[in-house]
This record gives sequence, C-alpha cells and structure tokens, in this order.
Amino acid sequence: MPKSFNVNKYLRMDKMPHIWCPGCGNGMVMSAFLRAVDSLQLDPNRVVVVSGIGCSSRISGYLDFNTLHTTHGRPLAFATGIKLAEPTLEVVVITGDGDATAIGGNHFLHSCRRNINITLIVINNYIYGMTGGQYSPLTHKGDFATTAPYGNVEPELDMCKVAESAGATYVARGVTYKPVSMEDMIIKALENKGFSLVEILSQCPVYYGRMNKKGDAVEMLKWQKENTVTMKAAAQMAPSALKGKIITGVLSSRYRPEYTEEYENVIQQAQESAQ
Amino acid sequence: MVIAKSNTLALQGTEAVALAMKQINPDMVAAYPITPQTEIVQGFSQFVADGEVDTHLVNVESEHSAMSACIGGASAGGRVMTATSSQGLALMWELLYIASGLRLPMVMPNVNRTLSAPINIHCDHSDSMGARDAGWIHLFSENAQEAYDNTLQAVRISEHPQVRLPVMVLLDGFIISHSLDRMESLEDSTVKEFVDVFKPEFSLLDAKTPTCIGAFDGLYGYFFEFKRQQEEAMRNAFQVVKDVGKEYGELTGRPYGVFEAFGLEDAEFAIIVLGSAAGTVRHEVECMRSRGIPIGMIKLRLFRPFPANELIEAVSHLKAVAVFDRSDTFAGGMGGPVFTDLRSALYESEKKPLMVNYIYGLGGRDLPVELINKAATELEQVAQSGQVKEKINYLGLKE
Repeated sequence: MPKSFNVNKYLRMDKMPHIWCPGCGNGMVMSAFLRAVDSLQLDPNRVVVVSGIGCSSRISGYLDFNTLHTTHGRPLAFATGIKLAEPTLEVVVITGDGDATAIGGNHFLHSCRRNINITLIVINNYIYGMTGGQYSPLTHKGDFATTAPYGNVEPELDMCKVAESAGATYVARGVTYKPVSMEDMIIKALENKGFSLVEILSQCPVYYGRMNKKGDAVEMLKWQKENTVTMKAAAQMAPSALKGKIITGVLSSRYRPEYTEEYENVIQQAQESAQ
Repeated sequence: MVIAKSNTLALQGTEAVALAMKQINPDMVAAYPITPQTEIVQGFSQFVADGEVDTHLVNVESEHSAMSACIGGASAGGRVMTATSSQGLALMWELLYIASGLRLPMVMPNVNRTLSAPINIHCDHSDSMGARDAGWIHLFSENAQEAYDNTLQAVRISEHPQVRLPVMVLLDGFIISHSLDRMESLEDSTVKEFVDVFKPEFSLLDAKTPTCIGAFDGLYGYFFEFKRQQEEAMRNAFQVVKDVGKEYGELTGRPYGVFEAFGLEDAEFAIIVLGSAAGTVRHEVECMRSRGIPIGMIKLRLFRPFPANELIEAVSHLKAVAVFDRSDTFAGGMGGPVFTDLRSALYESEKKPLMVNYIYGLGGRDLPVELINKAATELEQVAQSGQVKEKINYLGLKE
C-alpha cells in the first residue's frame, strides 16, 4: 500500500454517510478493493463497478468510478454485456452471497464457464442483511435466520468449489479479519486474465451475529481467526484437525482461454474469410 | 345478523396479512425476501416454525421460483400463497400469465413498491399496474384492516368455481405495510369456516383421473378459446367479489363492494383514488363538504376486472371527475391506468363528466392534504367553467 494512499479521492463523498450498520464488514472490503486499485494504479475512468441488490451492492454508489447499480441477482449479466462491448475496461462486480448464489446463481455459473475477464468480489455475510436476516444459500446448516428460527435445514453451498469446477481461473477466499491478504487477493484477481472470484467472509453483527449469538463485530472477527485456516497451514495439518475449519487463501489459479479474446478471434476469422 | 367475535389488535400491514395467512392455513407457501414485503413471509415463517400452521414453507432462490412453486402446488391441488413486491413481481411476470392461463386459484399479497430504475424502494402502483393484463384479479386496500379482510376474501373469490383465477391483494408499501394500525381480527375458527376447504377441479395427485396441465396445444388447438374463457371468468368475478364482500360484511360488520363511494349523491365533482391515499383524500373531501363545497369521492377496491358499469352509474351525473393515479402508463399523454380505463368506459355514456388526471406519489413522494386541496380546487374550477385546462397533471412534482 503506497504511503500517499488517500481513500477519499476514489469516493463520492457527497454520498456519505454510508448506510452500513456499525461493525459491518462491507467498508473493510471496499477499502481493500480501493487499495488494490491504487496499488495497480488503475485509471478510475477505465474501471466499471457493477453491483446487484443488497447491503454490499450499495458499494457501487459510493465509488467514484463508472458504476452501475442493477437488479437483484443480475450484476454479472450486466457486466458481461459491458465487458463484451468494451473488453479493454476493467469490469468488477461487487455483491453479496444472496445476490450471487441464489437469485443470480445461473449467471454466476455461466460467467465462470465462459472465463470472461471479470472480477467478482462476493462479500459473504451468510445472510440477506438488507431485508432483515433471511437465510441465503451460503448460510451454514443449523444457523439461525429470521426464516429459520429453529435452525437452517438446508446445507450451504461452497461457492469457491462451484466456481473452480465451473471454470473460473482465479478463485480465492479471504476474510475481513485479514485486510492485507484480502487486498492481495483482489490485486491478483484484477491481474488475472479470466474470470476471478474472491469470496470474502465478512461479519453482519446486526442480523447474522445477533441471531446466532456470535457477539459483536470484534467477536465475529475473532471467530474468523479461530475457524479459518490458510491453504498453506492446512497442508501441514492432520485431517482431524481441519474438521469444521474453513480454508482460506488462493484456492485455484490456472490458465484457460478468455471469453472476449476467443470472441475476438471468431470475429477476426469471419472477417478474414469474408475478404 | 350475528357479528362474529373479533379481537382488536394493533398491527402493521405486513403483520395483518401474515395473520390472515396463518388463519387461512394454506397447504404451501413459497417466497423470496424483498422490501417491503419481507415481513409478511418472515412473520408467517414464525407461525410455520412454531407449528401453528400445517403449511409447507419453501424458501426459494428467487421470485421466479416462488411463483413456479406455487403453480406446481396449485396444479397438485393445494391451496397455495406467496407474497412479493416490485422487482419481485416483475421477475414473476412470465409465471403470472401461466397461473391465470391454467386457471389456478391462488392468493398473493403484493406490497406495492415502484419499479427501478433509478432504484427506489418506496410506494407507487407501477409494479401491480405492470401486471394489469396478466389475468389476475386486483384488490386494493386502504389500510391494514382492508389488507387483512381482502386476503381472507381473496381465497373465496379465487377458488370460486365460476372464477378460478389468481388474486393479488394490494397494499401500499411502507404507508400500510410498515405502519401500525388499529384493526379487528377474526377468531381462527371463524376464518377456517369462512375459507372452508379448497376443492380443486383437477389435481395432478389424483392418480385415478390423470390430468395433463399446460401442454402445447398446437396452432389448430383451443388456445384462443382458453383465453376467451379467461375473460369470461373475469366477467363472472364481478358478482363473486360482490357476493363474497356481502357475506363477509354479514360476518364482520364490514361489507365490501367493488368500490366505496362517499358523498356522491349531492356532489357535482369527485375524486377517484386507489389504496392508502383514500384516507387522506376522504379527510380533505370531508373538510371541503363541511364548507359547503359539493365534492365527493370514490375509493376503487377492484381494479381488475374493472367495474366499468358501476363506475359509469356512479359518476355520470357529475360535472367533473379527477382520477388520482399512483403510476403512469408512459403512453405519451394518455394519463395513468385508472384514468385511461375510466375514460374508455365512459365513451358510450350519454352523460359524462369532464375528466382530469392527477399522477401523484411516484417512488413514495408524499401526498399531503395541501396537494389534494390544490387538485380539488382546480377540479372545482373545471366543474364551474366546463373547461379542462390541463388534462394530465403531475401532483407534487419538484419545480
């Protein structure tokens, strides 16, 4: 992080104060994203931030880039259109677990499959926060939500595994508790030429935290510390010690042809054969 | 007439609807959260978790899936319900036509919220008006009491053998949904008796009578005839809505018709309005009448089917009518949906009032008494002068 980093220059200060509750992790992720943009010296005029609906999706309104706040579940579909229309733009989708994996689940699958050069940052707070705490596909089984007052009966989805198997070429899982590593993951995701997913485990002390007796934001960050293990550390640990732990770090990074480039190739071929 | 025992409660609109759903005790509810609807299903899910209902509650992954699940449940012969708002209703769009086209009874409270863009979570009627032609019956509510009453009656209307159409119960986002209101609720047993048991005409689960639902009927099939029957069912709904409203009145002391008129007999001009704004309009109309101004009002309850004959009868003696619309049709100067419908209905009428349209409250813009007074005063001038200066007006627009 450069010493001269001034977060305000990337923000629409007239939109402040933000709507997030005290202790929310959204601001921490937004800050990590801005530090990543600053480290890479990206031109804000060439960055497009697209978001869906939910607490985390309010990020697009606060960022002084090109921003598009869309409908629930569809930011990847809008982003795909933007990226195809102008592949030189840096297209980033910042959204939440409900938006990305429930109502927007199919767009998530097909963006991974195409390996389109978009960076998807999912702030996973395990809950629909904006509508008051309903369980999402990433809410752990047994957890409490307003729609699961006696515990969630549905098993959770591992969106990183889904992304990897569907074809995403950079998949990482970070935690708000580790802002520097979170920033590093976002930098690598932005640099990856292909579809990148950075899932950030975040804290919602107001709904998820309160309903699951997880304590305040500090307690929830401590929970992250105690219940997550990095890939590196996990490699040295016995399977029994890993039981119930969530693995963080860069889970997958590989090369596959990128969608807009493949598309450009088809255009070139068609034009050459027409001449 | 024996009025059934009731309990006086203070509930938000969403809680009143959740209570009605609990008392209806549907076989299945499938839903997805959206502001300002969420608290209906959230409240209902507590009843499910506490074992107070026998309902299968399915927390699906989008409204599209919610309506799909309801169609499945209703096809299997179940009494099904869901609730939504705004973008959620818009996402259900293709399924709305399937529910009505398959003639599947179901009830869906829709908490009216505007449609994006720009993003706005507040009240107007753009969402349900967008589904105006989807073949659903639309019942508007003025407050929590009416939202509760309409939800109970909707079950009977929807399942009536001469109707068999889905019903939307509409309540204004935040203004009704999130405001605490004094209301009367019925005893569980009274509701149970009133809504009775759903007797489906066909059921996929009836193995002795195999049924084919919704299959491709070909170019030379009966698609056109199905659609004509749907329209016939809508026409039948007028009488059913009135009959059920009358029976409900005998049970509760709160009778319902297709609309509620106030002061029309001796009025020279009147305002027509839907939803929560009716309360504020009624207040202003009362104030003006106490000053001797000959104004009346109609609160429209049934918007689809559109009670044209009754409205013509009610307004044709007036000199002028102002229709208040909380949505626009964007038809290039035709006005809001209630205005265009009523103008069209009056075309053949020998005696008809001059008509003006006031589009108000889009995206939750407030409708204070002063604005109603402004419109009513302009309406009085129209009635007196016999001339309409501005047909389509936007009330409360920032200058």
